[in-house]
Amino acid sequence: MEKYRIDQSKGMEFGLYTLGDHLPDPGTRERISAKQRIHEIIELAQLAEQAGIDFFSVGESHQEYFATQAHTVVLAAIAQATEKIKISSSSTIISTSDPVRVYEDFATIDLISGGRAEIVAGRASRVGLYDLLGYDLRDYEALYEEKFDLLRKINDEEIINWSGQFRADLNNAKVLPRPLNGSLPIWRAVGGTPASAIKAGYAGVPMYMAHLGGPVSVFKRTVDAYREALQQSGFDPSEFPVATAGFFYAADSSQQALRDMYPHINEGMKRTNGQGFPKQHFAQGVDPRSVMNIGSPQEIIEKILYQHEQFGHQRYIAQMDFGGMPFDKLKKNIELIGTEILPAIKKYTAK
Amino acid sequence: MKVVGLSGSKVGTKTRTAMDYTMKAVSEKYPETETTLIDLAEYDVQFSDGRNYLEYEGDTKYVAETIMEADAIILGTPIFQASIPATLKNIFDLLPVDAFRDKVISMIVTAGSAKHYLIVENQVKPILGYMKAQIVQTYVFIEEMDFYQKEITNEDVLFRIDRLVEDTVVLTETYKQIREAKEAEYDF
Repeated sequence: MEKYRIDQSKGMEFGLYTLGDHLPDPGTRERISAKQRIHEIIELAQLAEQAGIDFFSVGESHQEYFATQAHTVVLAAIAQATEKIKISSSSTIISTSDPVRVYEDFATIDLISGGRAEIVAGRASRVGLYDLLGYDLRDYEALYEEKFDLLRKINDEEIINWSGQFRADLNNAKVLPRPLNGSLPIWRAVGGTPASAIKAGYAGVPMYMAHLGGPVSVFKRTVDAYREALQQSGFDPSEFPVATAGFFYAADSSQQALRDMYPHINEGMKRTNGQGFPKQHFAQGVDPRSVMNIGSPQEIIEKILYQHEQFGHQRYIAQMDFGGMPFDKLKKNIELIGTEILPAIKKYTAK
Repeated sequence: MKVVGLSGSKVGTKTRTAMDYTMKAVSEKYPETETTLIDLAEYDVQFSDGRNYLEYEGDTKYVAETIMEADAIILGTPIFQASIPATLKNIFDLLPVDAFRDKVISMIVTAGSAKHYLIVENQVKPILGYMKAQIVQTYVFIEEMDFYQKEITNEDVLFRIDRLVEDTVVLTETYKQIREAKEAEYDF
């Protein structure tokens, strides 16, 4: 796990991620400015660091109601504003970007941050950016696989010779600057289905698995498929970290947590995805067997430990700011994480 | 309540004739409903390429969004080559997998032969079920001989359309009440 900067003796890592969505608060119907949203994201990373949270990541999305299209710029600001928290994308859409430029950006962020940068590279769940950036949607799979491979090659080799379909050849090319310790942790973003996880396993890369909701048992199949694929390709699964990411919200009681969060998820999904989140499905989120970490701090601790037991993952990443969640509620959550949730999780997962 | 009629063919007139009658029946009997008829012959809808429906442009976006905003959908389809027209199948392909959750869907079918009666059972209902629709189980099947010069001449067909309209609206209201009662239990 050293290659990926993960020390399991300190227990499972806990992180936060934001998609950088910029949606109205359904309570007030008001939308803060893009300026305020970006500054709140930077402040959120600072507060997370102060609370002892291990990891903070920012997503790239090019559709309406999002503010972090230039996510590397935001990450650079976070790098400057913080001292020890790990920082990453979640995810970088590698399909529609040049891996050389992406690597230059993240190696630079790594230098600014003193060796804290990582890349999570994904394929885009929404495809508006293909038109915006001049790519053909028919190349969806091929673009991702080629560019993800090139990104990894740049990470592994100081001098690159490469040719492919979607970018100019590289002949004895040096991609500079190099990261502080020579390489960056690069994760493959997986949407929760086994097919993509299996590809991550065959390639021998860490897996970052995002999920909206559903039973732990279903996602366990994906994790198992990933580790099986690693093994089949001759890799040692114990050397590759797994991260899971999904909805999180802590409040005094599970009922309060549902009440606080539901309108944000429902209205936010309607605007960004066209369909709301069914109340019935959301209500299931408090069940101990659900992947959604919503409830009282004690309930969340039990859920995360149960998930850790099932997945054997090295990092959990919470999404709690979706859908115009007011900043004071985010602060309250960070406080609950720092004082109650994190110490318990570290205590029970340290090896 | 938003009721959308979807006439699923670019070819011929019988389905459109039946849909015109049906949507008129909805408006007359339930004037409080908001009705929209989409005749696919009048729109230039592109083939689905797998993107989210909000990301299409032009006619494709209009048709997809109008359907997604409906509370009830009345599908009209002819039977071609023992199947539904590609134009209608493409609409299903453009939408998310659970596009019809919390929607009631009923069907009007026109065909040259009574022998195609089970096409709806075997082909359309499984798709609608998969996409989470609440289906009005009885559909109106109209044969060639029930029409004369763009008019429906078989009174029995007209009665059956009226019943279908009534069932569609009543079921939509009923499912809405069930959903509201269930959601009220959640206290969030």
